[in-house]
Amino acid sequence: MSYRRPYRGTQPEYLFPPYASTVKRAPSQPLVVLPHTLSELTAPVFGYGEVKPGDSDLTKQHKGEPQGERIVVSGRVLDENSRPLPNLLIEIWQANAAGRYNHRVDQHDAPLDPNFTGAGRILTDAEGRYRFMTIRPGEYPWRNHYNAWRPAHIHFSLFGQAIVQRLITQMYFPGDPLLEYDPMFTCVPDVKARNRLVSTFDWETTMPEFALGYRFDIVLRGRDATPMETRR
Amino acid sequence: MSLRGSTSQTIGPYLRIGLEWMVIEDLAPQGVAGERVRIEGKVVDGDGKPVNDAAVEIWQANSHGKYASPEDSQDKPVEPAFRGYGRSLTDDAGSFRFRTLKPGRVPGPDGKPQAPHLTVTIFMRGLLKQLQTRMYFPDDTANADDAVLKLVPAERRATLVAKKRGDGVLEWNVVLQGKNETVFFDT
Repeated sequence: MSYRRPYRGTQPEYLFPPYASTVKRAPSQPLVVLPHTLSELTAPVFGYGEVKPGDSDLTKQHKGEPQGERIVVSGRVLDENSRPLPNLLIEIWQANAAGRYNHRVDQHDAPLDPNFTGAGRILTDAEGRYRFMTIRPGEYPWRNHYNAWRPAHIHFSLFGQAIVQRLITQMYFPGDPLLEYDPMFTCVPDVKARNRLVSTFDWETTMPEFALGYRFDIVLRGRDATPMETRR
Repeated sequence: MSLRGSTSQTIGPYLRIGLEWMVIEDLAPQGVAGERVRIEGKVVDGDGKPVNDAAVEIWQANSHGKYASPEDSQDKPVEPAFRGYGRSLTDDAGSFRFRTLKPGRVPGPDGKPQAPHLTVTIFMRGLLKQLQTRMYFPDDTANADDAVLKLVPAERRATLVAKKRGDGVLEWNVVLQGKNETVFFDT
């Protein structure tokens, strides 16, 4: 048994010079192809004792309401074989509405919000669904190149049922004009794959007179249908 | 219908906001069977500079060679208090640390038992997808016959094996680039 290798172009390479931080951090030696053993085919399990129901509402972690536009971010986590992945830990983090992270490294001259930390977590339900209530994050400048700005995004970290399914990614917002200039977005050669990182506006989860809904489905690697094959 | 896997993106520099709540540097509470080990290391970039914004995650079997995962169907003892997962976020010196147990042996690609090892997953700003590697234990006679180590060019194998320091701590550093570059796996 093993997990499918990624389709060509759907994952970034380690070295992508337009994103300057890759230059000194990407491995320079060839990677060694590892057959999947029990060590790769297993993964830790997380429980309800660790993740509390309120952890998925980023607008209710302080005394007051955070500044900004409330949004609902929801979706499903599936594997490549369309199998929903239940009871799986998702961790998210993001900037506040002004585009400032609650982190000592972030020196962007935009206000911190005392009512917003920007961290959430949840376990997927039996159908692989998750739902966060949060604030639409702001865009912010960074020093990668002249006049560089990151499009609005939310960081997602996911554990799968196997270590090889572990995924950290970013969710973007539809129609963001900054996307085409962002090397973190354009590092993905396959344009369709890139665009799957953009959430879609969702009437179904939009709460009348309260919050817009955005849908973001996530697909983790699936088991290979032909387990004995060693195609590369 | 077949879907395509979502694309990886960098963890970025602000990982602590989302990941700090579940830092687990001490994996093995009192009473869990096995040989206690302390592991310390540094992550350094292609200029030899410490990486102060990496997440280092380990995953391992218990001392009987059994993973705390429903995907492990081996008939071996479980240790209910041992999950086998650790997460350390590097400090300003690029250092990470774990207190855990030496894992037992688990089956390898050839069906024979693998040498004891930790599965290590590394994320950081500047990495568009995670690095996957392994840490093996020094002076373990099983290392010589390990099927995975044999896949690695002989001159690079040492990068996957920790060194025992005078104080008993196992030191294992992650070198991202250049001379003594750590072996990373394509999984």
